[in-house]
Amino acid sequence: MGEKGSGRDGGGCPAVGSFPRPDLAGEWRLRDEARHGEVSEALGKGAAHPRKTARGCGLTRTAGRAMKLNERSVAHYATCDSPADHAGFLRKRVERHHHHAHHHHATSYQRRWFVLKGNLLFYFEERESREPVGLVVLEGCTVELCEATEEFAFAIRFDDAGARAYVLVADGQAAMEAWVKALSRASFDYMRLVVRELEKQLEEACKSLAACHKSPRRSSSSGRKRHLSNPALLPLQEKPAILENGYSTWGSGGGVPGGAACPDRDGGHVKPPPLPPRRRSAASSATGSPAPGLSPAMPESPVSPETACFSKLHSWYGQEIAALRREWQERQKRGHP
Amino acid sequence: MRYNERELLSLARQPAEKAAEILMRVPKKGSVLKKRLVKLVVNFLFYFRTDEAEPIGALLLEHCRITKEEENVFSISFIEEPERKYCFECDSEEQCQEWIEALKRASYEFMRRSLIFYRNEIQKMTGKVSPLESCCQVVPGGFGQEQGLVLS
Repeated sequence: MGEKGSGRDGGGCPAVGSFPRPDLAGEWRLRDEARHGEVSEALGKGAAHPRKTARGCGLTRTAGRAMKLNERSVAHYATCDSPADHAGFLRKRVERHHHHAHHHHATSYQRRWFVLKGNLLFYFEERESREPVGLVVLEGCTVELCEATEEFAFAIRFDDAGARAYVLVADGQAAMEAWVKALSRASFDYMRLVVRELEKQLEEACKSLAACHKSPRRSSSSGRKRHLSNPALLPLQEKPAILENGYSTWGSGGGVPGGAACPDRDGGHVKPPPLPPRRRSAASSATGSPAPGLSPAMPESPVSPETACFSKLHSWYGQEIAALRREWQERQKRGHP
Repeated sequence: MRYNERELLSLARQPAEKAAEILMRVPKKGSVLKKRLVKLVVNFLFYFRTDEAEPIGALLLEHCRITKEEENVFSISFIEEPERKYCFECDSEEQCQEWIEALKRASYEFMRRSLIFYRNEIQKMTGKVSPLESCCQVVPGGFGQEQGLVLS
């Protein structure tokens, strides 16, 4: 698979040797002339994607793409007023390809305005720019501090051997820490984990509220009384089966029973947002077992109104989530779904 | 706009939430329905020629609208260009509905809303704020509003 078809490498691209990159060996499919033709025709508007470049030459500034992306929509998402998870100036190391192994020129950095939305990191030439210069899809990345030449530097890396890292430099310690924290959490998978956990907590809360209806002990909480009288809550007691892992398995198709069985009181939404099919994982059993270090005599759910100590809740969830994150990171490293 | 295509290609090889061979038509003049392997991974929808290992294209599913069209057919369009539709013709109405449901949920923005919903519900029920909500940065309209829970 080492051909450089005329459709791939244009003139002016220095011949560099290994193409395609060994990291995609076996899976790298060359776009042939026919594909090239189709792409040009399909694009129609003259936004032809030249086959050449960048990838073949090892450069990262690429004018062409083998794969289409709805770039206009993506750029629009970058600049619209949906909430950003983080934003700020960072200096981005310029990646140049060398023929020779070692640096022959000084590393240089470009200051860019970065905006993090979900698992997407956009960067703009200026804060006021109307279009991003670039995008880093963060799914599956790791973020680490760089003991590099620059202070406050950190890198976004991917599993892919040979993939470039994005080296970014913050303005100061606090900014660097904030970015590293934000970026480490910026994956769809992680967000899904958190949402599932919250959903479980809600189920547990519903369950213990239902249990409390029968208990002779009554809390004086007026909030609870209000809930007790809310007829919308009654159906909960008829649906215990749905509370634990009541979801179709991974990849089996989308029909998910309505998420937490609590009815929606939020006028704006149609119904409680059901979650995608739940992945079977060890984490699903985490709720039942108290974290080590807590008194084993804590039988009720952590969100049960009877649970007195908030700091216990705090550390309980902190440990659980830390454990879940570790598990998740381990899975990511193993390339496990 | 530059982007890390390699990572996107790598994502396209991950196990999918949902994958099927579906007839697809892109919003280009004169384009026709073609059988594609369509694969949903996180908030991207990849589409492949059925005999190829690498996707022809990817659609980021943020700020998109999933619409039921005629029987067995749904479309994906984007907020800023609602008339440009990617059309998908399924084998059955059931498959069509499953895809619509899955795609509606396949966005980070959707998960944000879910998180806010669950958080509010938990708070209403227990009167307590779940410490979990500080595990992520989803306060609408702002960023980085951690509440002090630091994860190791």
